[in-house]
Amino acid sequence: MAFTNEQLERYSRHIILKEVGAKGQKKLLNARVLIIGAGGLGAPAAMYLAAAGIGTIGIADADEVDLSNLQRQIIHGTADVGKAKVKSAKETMNAMNPDVTVNTYRTYVTSENILDLINEYDFIIDGTDNFPAKFLINDACVIAKKPFSHAGIIRFQGQLMTYVPDKGPCYRCVFKNPPPKDAVPTCKQAGVIGAMGGVIGSLQAMEAIKYILGVGELLVGKLLTYDALKMEFHTINLPKNTSNCAVCGEHPVITDLIDYEQIECDGK
Amino acid sequence: MDITVAGIKKEVQENITIDKLIENEKIDNPEYVTVTVNDEFIDQENFSGKELKDSDVVEFLYFMGGGRI
Repeated sequence: MAFTNEQLERYSRHIILKEVGAKGQKKLLNARVLIIGAGGLGAPAAMYLAAAGIGTIGIADADEVDLSNLQRQIIHGTADVGKAKVKSAKETMNAMNPDVTVNTYRTYVTSENILDLINEYDFIIDGTDNFPAKFLINDACVIAKKPFSHAGIIRFQGQLMTYVPDKGPCYRCVFKNPPPKDAVPTCKQAGVIGAMGGVIGSLQAMEAIKYILGVGELLVGKLLTYDALKMEFHTINLPKNTSNCAVCGEHPVITDLIDYEQIECDGK
Repeated sequence: MDITVAGIKKEVQENITIDKLIENEKIDNPEYVTVTVNDEFIDQENFSGKELKDSDVVEFLYFMGGGRI
C-alpha cells in the first residue's frame, strides 16, 4: 500500500519520527482498536486515534449524548445532545480523518456480546465508568488473549494500566472483585474535572499507539496514578508473581464471563 | 523508622502494622484498598498482623471508575 500525497502530508509529523516512519504509519493504518465507552475517556482516546490514522476504530456505547456530558466528552457538541454517542463520535472522527473506518456498536458490553466484539480488534481501550464493565472487559481480554488499557478517573484523580497477555498482571490481579454497589463513589456522585478525561484518555491512546508500533515501554506491570491537585504522576510497580489470580493465574477459577450487577449511571 | 508511602518518605513508629498505617493515613474505605509492600500484595486478612520494617515501600491502590458517564 503506497501513501497518497495527502497522507504523506497528513502524517508527516509521524513519518519524520524514527520510532514511527513510513513503516510505523502503515502499521497504524492497518491497525484495529476498539474503544468501549464513548465518554470522558473514550472521547479523547477516539479523537487522537482517529487523528493518528488508526485504520479501523470500533466504538461501543448504548447511551445518548446528554448536556451534562459536554463538560468533558469533547467528541460531542451541543448540537449532538440527544443523538446516539456512537453516531456523534463517528461523525467527529470521520470529519477529522476520512482515512479511518469507524465501526459503531450501539450497545453496552455484556458477557453475551463482548467476546465477539473484541475478537475483531488488536487492542482494546476500557473507557467505561463502572466496575461490572471493567471486570467484564478484563476477564474477556484475559480469556481471549487481547491486550487492553484500563483507566479510571474521579474528582481530580486518574489511574491507568496496560494488560498484555502473558506479559504482566491483569486488573483482577490488583482488584480481586468489584466493590459492592455504591461502596465506591462514581463520577456522577463524586464529580470529575473535565480535563482529567483528556489527560488519562490521551494516555490510553498513547499506550495503544505504542503497542501497535512496538516501541517504548508500556504500562505493563505498573499502575500509573495522576493527582491533578498536587500535579503529580506516580508509578506503582505491581507484584511480579500473580500466579494465583482468579482469571489470569496458573489455575484460573474464572473461566466464564460474569455480568455483575450494574451500578446506576444514566448519563445525567 | 522511615518507610516510603505512595512515594513519600515518612517516619513511623517501629513495627507499625498495615492496619495502623491505614488509620494514620486516613484512608477512606480501607476494605476496598489494595496494599503492596515492597511490590508484593498484602492480603486484607493480614493487615492487622503484618508489621512493617525500616525502609519498606508501601503503596495504596484505589478503585477508580469514571469515564463514560
